Amino acid sequence: MIKTKAIIGALLVSILFAAAPAAAQEGGHSTPEIKKEPWSFAGPFGTYDRNQLQRGFQVFREVCASCHGARLMAFRNLSEPGGPEFTEGQVKALAAEYDVADPSVAGGTRPAVPADRWPSPFANEQEARDANGGALPPDFSVIAKARGTTQPFPWWILNYFTAYSEGGPDYIHAVLTGYHEPPAGVTVPEGMHYNEYFPGHNIAMAPPLSDGAITYEEGETGSVPQTTDQYARDVSAFLMWMAEPHLVARKEAGLQVIAFLLLFAGLMYLVKRKLWAKVEH
Amino acid sequence: MAHESSYVPGNAVEKWIDDRLPIIRWSKEHLMDYPTPKNLNYWWTFGAILAFMLGVQIVTGIVLAMHYTPHVSLAFDSVEHIRRDVNGGRVIQAVHTTGASMFFAAVYIHMFRGLYFGSYKAPREILWILGVIIFVLMVTTAFMGYVLPWGQMSFWAATVITNIVGAIPVIGNPILELLRGGFAVDNATLNRFFSLHYLLPFVIAAVVALHIWALHVPGNSNPTGVEVKSSRDTVPFHPYYTMKDLFAIVVFCIPFAWFVFFAPDILGHPDNYIMANSQVTPTHIVPEWYFLPFYAILRAIDFNIFFIDSKLGGVIFFAGAILVLFFVPWLDTSKVRSGSFRPIFKWFYWLFVANFVLLAYLGSAPAEGIFVLLSKIATAYYFIYFLIVLPLLGRFETPRELPTSISESVLKHSTPVGGADPALAKTTH
Ligand code: HEC
Ligand code: HEM
Repeated sequence: MIKTKAIIGALLVSILFAAAPAAAQEGGHSTPEIKKEPWSFAGPFGTYDRNQLQRGFQVFREVCASCHGARLMAFRNLSEPGGPEFTEGQVKALAAEYDVADPSVAGGTRPAVPADRWPSPFANEQEARDANGGALPPDFSVIAKARGTTQPFPWWILNYFTAYSEGGPDYIHAVLTGYHEPPAGVTVPEGMHYNEYFPGHNIAMAPPLSDGAITYEEGETGSVPQTTDQYARDVSAFLMWMAEPHLVARKEAGLQVIAFLLLFAGLMYLVKRKLWAKVEH
Repeated sequence: MAHESSYVPGNAVEKWIDDRLPIIRWSKEHLMDYPTPKNLNYWWTFGAILAFMLGVQIVTGIVLAMHYTPHVSLAFDSVEHIRRDVNGGRVIQAVHTTGASMFFAAVYIHMFRGLYFGSYKAPREILWILGVIIFVLMVTTAFMGYVLPWGQMSFWAATVITNIVGAIPVIGNPILELLRGGFAVDNATLNRFFSLHYLLPFVIAAVVALHIWALHVPGNSNPTGVEVKSSRDTVPFHPYYTMKDLFAIVVFCIPFAWFVFFAPDILGHPDNYIMANSQVTPTHIVPEWYFLPFYAILRAIDFNIFFIDSKLGGVIFFAGAILVLFFVPWLDTSKVRSGSFRPIFKWFYWLFVANFVLLAYLGSAPAEGIFVLLSKIATAYYFIYFLIVLPLLGRFETPRELPTSISESVLKHSTPVGGADPALAKTTH
């Protein structure tokens, strides 16, 4: 009786404590709830879809990279295992198309090599703002972890049990597909665009995607729809990879560690039980 | 527990060492033979879990410090560098941050265990006080650690929390400047926080050594709260509790690993992945979950009390919420140690637990509407529990009958028919 009460109490304490940060975000913005998308990298068994990351990179490079930087991503990362896995030759050729600043060479710039970081589209914050009507396009390096979604009580409690960590890509996908005409009576300030999911609804970024804007190459897996929704999905997945390049290795290690711990716990339980069998307690 | 040493040096070398520094003798007495009540439940494994977590935090922290750069323009990127480029860095970093959360989960369980079973009562008052000192040190260490990645929440938490020190009259501002190393949270703040964040865990380790020393003088209490009467009530620490504690540690590691490997960021706030920016205030500044109950108390005082303005009032209640813990051994007047034998106490206790969880929730909720009133009620009950309920209940409550000894209570559990063992029925002291 006391034991069950104690256990219930402890569970309450731990669950609600763990859940509190989610509650904190809950009160945040008055945007409609963002749907959880079925990402390939969700959950303990999740892994990236290489083809999707390659397509996402294409969207990033052809559209977003003219405004958004990715200063923590090196070209070589694009060929590393667990990512888009371009060949080293492809990455070398790709890097050579870009110029990076290097004060040690004549002229101050040289073609990039795979070890270089992705060059930023603007020299500094002021230039970026000037080009974007005063707004700053955020750097993409960790943006997929710098945004999130919230679920109403009590559903966020489930997140701890499903290891929900895809709030970032869910949010980015929602913003990219959330542009539409403002509801009647709402006026959007000059240079702003109405977005259903952006906090406050007025976003300085014009809708960057439209159906058919990017031409996907016919891949091994057949053709992929060339729609805003599909582009948004692919680029969101790519941004998740950019923020968490070792996600696949981490989850694989996690499965092994947890399997080991379960086994170890089982063995320790038997040891403990055998030892204590002789003691009345 | 004072007891005869059973150590006999096994060979000439051990004898030689024993005559000079009896460290092997000491280890055998305190880590192996130490007589431990045989009826401890799993709530008593959290001390060992905490010791394990302190070790985990120190080891992972030292590795992180090898790659971390405490400078406002480099700190954020250096933490990302650890996650991206250092071998095993993503896991080491995740172990350290989620480890802080697991550490606090364990310490709260450990403290609530003490509050339920009356572990703080004589002769364990110093043991308890050392525990409260450890808790204060942990809070300080975790707060400073959270500033190091230099994200938006790091910066704004540092600003908000150091600010409250400024509310103290006369000495507040000089202390504030000393803490920050200047007028605002900046590079100097980051540097001193890093230095202290590296130092304090070792201070904690030292206080833990005292804590365990103070534990080994009276010995462990136990769920019945009845002191050990004879050696029949105890078992040697090794192998009985070494193995039980190890089992508990391994089980504790399962949810820990779940977070580390599958959701390393779920316990944090996404805003901390945005580099600190003093020009942009986040819409919501929330501390880490383990500070929320105390943060709620801080915010609950939004009114002036006579000449004390609300800001100072908040600081007083915030500090008071922790300081009151030091006096619990004397506030609780009940002669009966364990809550299991206190029928009315139980109600107030579980209400206190629920109230604490509510405070955590309120700490994360925006300070508006019904939450404002609830915060005040919950804060009031937090103090009423310690200052009114515990002192008065001991006078009015009729406790249930206590078992005469641990062995008797154990036998009652396992053999419902028949009587207590006559051999131990009358061991008085
Ligand atoms: C013409 C420049 C431009 C292009 C191209 C562009 N963006 Fe943006 N983006 C911006 C600006 C400016 C902002 C800042 C908006 C604001 O703060 O109101 C922004 C903000 C964002 C945000 C952050 C929203 C938030 O929650 O703060 C995301 C995510 C984003 N862009 C994704 C993308 C993606 C993905 C692409 C490519 C498909 C892209 N952007 C292309 C200019 C651009
Ligand atoms: C790093 C943090 C801490 C460590 C490593 C630690 C370690 C331990 C250990 C190993 C024990 C014996 C086993 C057990 O009873 O679980 C113990 C007992 C105890 N601890 Fe702690 N402790 C810590 C923090 C605290 C805190 C914060 C408090 C209270 C504010 C506290 C109060 C107590 C009390 C009262 C006991 C005696 C329990 C009894 O025998 O009934 N400890 N601690």
